Amino acid sequence: MAESICRALRDGALEGEHAPALTIMDSLASPFGFDVFTHVLTQLSSNILAGKSQSGGLVLVAFTRSPSFYMRLLKMRGIDVASSRKWIQILDCYTDPLGWKDRLVDSGNNTPLSKEASTGVSLCKNIKDMAKLFSSIIELGKGLVGQGKVRFCVAIDTVNEILRHASISSVSGLISNLRSNDQVSSIFWLLHSDLHEDRVAAILGYMSSIVASIEPLNQSANGQICNLENLSLLGRNYWKGKLHVRFKRRNGRVRVMQEEFDVEQSVINFTSLSSGDELINRSLLPKVQFNLQLSEKEQNDRAKVVLPFEHQGNGKPIQIYDGRRSLEDSHNEETSVSTGILQTLENSSKGEIIYLRDSDDERPDSDEDPDDDLDI
Amino acid sequence: MNQRASNLLDEALGLVDEGTNPWTLSGRVLLIEDCVETSATFLLHHLLKRALYTLSSNVVVFLALSQPFSHYDRVLRKLGCNLAAQKENNRLLFLDMLTSEFPDGGESGLVALYGKIEKVINGLIEENKKSITIIIDDLSLLEVAANGASNHVLDFLHYCHTLTSVFGCTLVALNHEDIYSSMEKPALILHLEYLADILMKTEPLATGLATDVHGQLTVLNKETWDGQGRSRNRIFNFHFRIKENGVEYFSPGSRA
Repeated sequence: MAESICRALRDGALEGEHAPALTIMDSLASPFGFDVFTHVLTQLSSNILAGKSQSGGLVLVAFTRSPSFYMRLLKMRGIDVASSRKWIQILDCYTDPLGWKDRLVDSGNNTPLSKEASTGVSLCKNIKDMAKLFSSIIELGKGLVGQGKVRFCVAIDTVNEILRHASISSVSGLISNLRSNDQVSSIFWLLHSDLHEDRVAAILGYMSSIVASIEPLNQSANGQICNLENLSLLGRNYWKGKLHVRFKRRNGRVRVMQEEFDVEQSVINFTSLSSGDELINRSLLPKVQFNLQLSEKEQNDRAKVVLPFEHQGNGKPIQIYDGRRSLEDSHNEETSVSTGILQTLENSSKGEIIYLRDSDDERPDSDEDPDDDLDI
Repeated sequence: MNQRASNLLDEALGLVDEGTNPWTLSGRVLLIEDCVETSATFLLHHLLKRALYTLSSNVVVFLALSQPFSHYDRVLRKLGCNLAAQKENNRLLFLDMLTSEFPDGGESGLVALYGKIEKVINGLIEENKKSITIIIDDLSLLEVAANGASNHVLDFLHYCHTLTSVFGCTLVALNHEDIYSSMEKPALILHLEYLADILMKTEPLATGLATDVHGQLTVLNKETWDGQGRSRNRIFNFHFRIKENGVEYFSPGSRA
């Protein structure tokens, strides 16, 4: 399913339609949005390099990690970074997003810091200016693919950083401008949903064709990371989670899918959810002194017990105790008991329930009303 | 002078492996959250000591908003660490900000403060630039100094974060969790929790007061990837007891 997300982004936009957009949403209860983001980024990059995708290049707007981090990451995941200048451009909104460093250098107090090696990186020094941000993204993309019909992808590593400095309306303006630009093939961004009001997630959800939200496997009551009661459970499940994806088709049809993932060595692996459900059920069972579940052997043994009302299938007439057997049958009863014992000896794996009436004083069930002597 | 005996805390922080890389915290952000019942300043003292003594080239930039230098000097002396000497050797750069107040919403003041840190780091000799630790005690007071403009404080922290990627600095910040308890979405602390690579929380015991146990500590060591494929991903929970010249850490239930 994570695959189908990547496929949708790879296939890009149709002529005269908005570019497909993906929101990756997480919260502190399961903060693996960045891992999903880098997964999508890697997949898309390898598709672009292999020439399989509609887009010919990728513009990465980096707010929370330095460009060199991304270069190292892509390199480690086996993406050809040597040719990066041809297919990836990074708009660096991380190093100096508000122009503080420039201000300090201008005032003469500080000397500029040694620049990181920066090929294919351009610096953005005022992230509050949406128009500037938009034009630099488009400019970088056009620098990659040229003015023609070739399109490019846009990746924004968190929207939260822009939202801290600009209103939601201007941010959604930026995103919708990018989506409707006819050179943008697809666009995806990461959002930490609990940092803002709920409406922010809703607005961005409306603007995207795919919403992938990351949820913890077991929702703890207050959603806190360090809920001590669940600590042992958390220790096992913290690096796992559920990816809940909503695909929105052009005609309005919505498809919802779920997948489980676990994060190991910063690499995210997706598995289908079924195996996870059992795990959840097991962990949700209350902890009690006695055993609520049967082992496999116990289950097999239980299946072998012949219940008194079942057809015993040994050729004899079926005897079902109806509580009304008369005294004459009592001698037959004894023999049937002894054969019953023999039977169990012959086939010791077979269980049997034997019932003997205690005495004849015991009243057989009858239609008589036991209370009819009471004058009610 | 240097107690190398490993304890549960160092284990949780990944500071035990002293063979190849004795200071494994470079490039990472440590967030310490405490509450009024259990102060976590002892963790700051521990990290300050570890930062100064693990490698002789380590430099600490200490932003002190809550206590004067003499206080830290006294506490660290009990732990066997002479801060005054370290200060003279230029390995402890102590920024006394007890009375500082930033006018006009705080931005220009925070820019200047960042400039000061950057300048201090630029002034270091090349060898010392490799392992710098920035310690902030504490963030809530920084917010107060910035007239409550938590957004500017976050900007300031972002700029400090850029230092972690350029120089491989370690950033350690203390904050109080309970002062945000009435807010529905406290932006500062939530942002910080996303930013942090290691989150440490001190809380009183769930079962109430005990004479032998002063509180419990939860360490969430998030998996990070540092370019060499190193990763750690674990949650630790243990109890602590603060003594006159050190802190004891032990597994829950191992003490009466």
